[in-house]
Amino acid sequence: MNSKMENFKSLLTDVGISVLSITVALLFGVFFILLTEESPATAYEALYFGAFGNFRNILNTLWRSTPLILTGLAFALPYRAGLINIGAEGQFLMGGFAAGVAGYYFTSLPAIIHLPLAILAGVVAGALWAGLAGWLKAKMEVNEVISTIMLNHIAVALTINYGINKLRTSTRMATPQIMESAKLTRFKEMADSAFWSKLPFVEVFADPGIRLHMNFVLALIAAVILWYLLFKTSLGYEFRAVGLNPDGAEYGGINANKTIIWTMLIGGAVAGLGGAGETLGTHLSFMAGMDAGFGFTGIAVGLIGQSHPIGAIFGGLLFGALNQGGLEMQFAGVPSEIVNIIQALVIFFVASLQIIKIFMKNRREKEGVE
Amino acid sequence: MAREDNYILDMQNITKIFPGVKANDNVNLSIKKGEIHALVGENGAGKTTLMNVLYGLYDPEGGQVFYEGNKVNVDGPQDAIDLGIGMVHQHFMLVDPLTVTENIILGNEPRKGLKIDQKKARKEVENISNKYGLYVDPDAKIQDISVGMQQRVEIIKTLYRGADLLIFDEPTAVLTPQEIDELFDIFRSLKEQGKTIIFITHKLKEVKEISDRITVLRGGKSIDTVDTANVSEEDVAELMVGRPVLLEVEKTKAKPGKIFLTIENLKVKNNRNIQAVNGVSLTVKKGEILGIAGVEGNGQSELIEAITGLRKIESGQVKIKDKEITKFNAREIKREGVAHIPEDRQKRGLIMDFDLQENMILGYHDLEPFSKNGIMNYNNIRNYTQELLEKFDVRGGEVTTDAKSLSGGNQQKVIVAREFSHDPELLIASQPTRGVDVGSIEFIHKQIIDRRDNGAAVLLVSAELSEILSLSDRIAVIFEGEIVDILDVEDADERKLGNLMTGSKADAGGESIE
Repeated sequence: MNSKMENFKSLLTDVGISVLSITVALLFGVFFILLTEESPATAYEALYFGAFGNFRNILNTLWRSTPLILTGLAFALPYRAGLINIGAEGQFLMGGFAAGVAGYYFTSLPAIIHLPLAILAGVVAGALWAGLAGWLKAKMEVNEVISTIMLNHIAVALTINYGINKLRTSTRMATPQIMESAKLTRFKEMADSAFWSKLPFVEVFADPGIRLHMNFVLALIAAVILWYLLFKTSLGYEFRAVGLNPDGAEYGGINANKTIIWTMLIGGAVAGLGGAGETLGTHLSFMAGMDAGFGFTGIAVGLIGQSHPIGAIFGGLLFGALNQGGLEMQFAGVPSEIVNIIQALVIFFVASLQIIKIFMKNRREKEGVE
Repeated sequence: MAREDNYILDMQNITKIFPGVKANDNVNLSIKKGEIHALVGENGAGKTTLMNVLYGLYDPEGGQVFYEGNKVNVDGPQDAIDLGIGMVHQHFMLVDPLTVTENIILGNEPRKGLKIDQKKARKEVENISNKYGLYVDPDAKIQDISVGMQQRVEIIKTLYRGADLLIFDEPTAVLTPQEIDELFDIFRSLKEQGKTIIFITHKLKEVKEISDRITVLRGGKSIDTVDTANVSEEDVAELMVGRPVLLEVEKTKAKPGKIFLTIENLKVKNNRNIQAVNGVSLTVKKGEILGIAGVEGNGQSELIEAITGLRKIESGQVKIKDKEITKFNAREIKREGVAHIPEDRQKRGLIMDFDLQENMILGYHDLEPFSKNGIMNYNNIRNYTQELLEKFDVRGGEVTTDAKSLSGGNQQKVIVAREFSHDPELLIASQPTRGVDVGSIEFIHKQIIDRRDNGAAVLLVSAELSEILSLSDRIAVIFEGEIVDILDVEDADERKLGNLMTGSKADAGGESIE
């Protein structure tokens, strides 16, 4: 059989199942909207309009997807190597904090050095925070689920309770505002930038309501790099071997400890990039509450994307669209609790229908062999 | 129409189709009352499918089943049991923490009010066990008794449920030579008491020894049914494979060279932290095959894992030529020119969810031409895999097929292809033909001899005595973690090895070593 054809078919099935599960979830949602005596048609129209209704809304959907794509990747990569990284939240916070500090501390660097430096600070902080859990697992056999959860708590205490309180200069629960030189380019300001304004089309972004910034592009690049790493390099081969069969990998001379530490470092690095992006592109300072549960939602993003790096992009977009469209639903009069319920229903159905698909696949395999 | 009434079972034109495969294609099987009927065929020939149809686990697309002259419709195992058909599976279906008696009555408990009538149950178990010479301790827990004993419990269980026709799915695969003899005694006694036996196997020697008639399946079709007395092992092998097969490996006398592998006073613990290898010393020369014979569980697995860097060595030394490798890890040992066919292909030898090309480079994935500077070259990998799949005659899959969808024999060929293709100086082969069909066994054996003749040192571990005897140049016998004797193959035979393997050293003869 032609395996390319097979892959294409299975991709189509995937898409079909996702569309079906979102439809089913929205049908269930009708019931909850009716409880509030609102019109489901109006509510869903608002959901759609909010997420995709116009150029600005589409771009803001992308903006909301950005941190989720990155935390989704932070979960997906270690998961491929058999590790469960619950710690994207903490890694995200560490990354955001380090980027925030680097962003305001250096006052006289040119942007070309300052911005990469601030991003790098975030990436390294996230990587080290996750790498610590990896190291504990590799050297002391500490379960990574427990250590990453604990590191989440420590990260909250370290960055928000201690860090912000120590550094803040106003009543705002945030580190001081970052320098102009550390700002991630925002799409709406591209027309004013000496560098980006050379591009012909940047005027279309000149709408103050557009919040998308460059970290979205970095997130896409990160996803592609991770895909390449996982499926085209010998390191990625080793990650996947350890994840699928640790005994077989050991037999093949693959060092499981190396894999554990590397996948956690890389996972933490992308989560750290997520935090850095929110600090340098969205809030312009490290702010209490800016993590907004991205680390945990990232687990769902990673799983819905089948822990595939490219899948994480789509998982992130789904959640981003729900967040962005949900806001519009609230404006249309649907209480925010109901919006949350509908978001949860979509996630629930997408996730459970994936499980049905896996179940179907296993069954086919069972019937296929003797 | 059913045949005359001396046939207990008549399966006619059974057809069972799985997506893409005709697992059974108009198969016919007729079993006489009171006979021992061997059902043989290569892996994937359709033996298990046919028996699962009979046992009601599969619904066939076509064909009829007659039992004691009546057309029957078996819808599930309970129907089969009610008819008097019992199945002893290859993997036992026993509950470890329960006793022998409890396991036997499970599902059919004699009751006294709400409680199980323990006394009656025990009595019935004892009756059956006395009647057929199946001696078991009814009060022992399953986890405490040997594999051979567990098999007896399975047999008693089917008899307790009133089976007249007993199906044995590869019953000897897990047994020691002594236990196999005992099992065949049980077969004979069951036959004397009027029971009928269907015996699925691919070991021709056993077929010849115990069966009355043989039905051969090949490629989902029933090829022939013959009287055992009228055929030789070679005849049956030819029917199975479809071409003449060499059962005896042809090999010349070894020309041993320099010592390549030296093991000195090696001590290794098992997973339960108990001493499994207790001071083993061995040498393997280039150009010779050293076989390690032993009943499974006497430390051979731990010994091999220790040599290949997969298990911690407590004390002692392993040397390749003059280089000490005791502390080397698996990768470093591979790089010394050591190839390893692991005993458990699903656990160690393959990543079942990887496709064949990714499995074909396991352990060599970071070397050219498969990867360079950390970047994989899938073009090279694909071509290389394609070439090896053809050269080693791997069937049932292409380069991008997942390993798990191959049959066991073909999976083994993938491992052999991978390990033999890097010109190893030392080849460690653990159970290289376990669960592999006759045609592939011949092929793998030939490959091992070829390696030897190319000057490789070969260390062979096998639970099959015939394999040890036909391949080895020297044979070391392991018992309870110690090498009890090393013999030249000319001085060894099955009886002698069998005695040594079970620890009765005194009447074995041969020179002994420290």
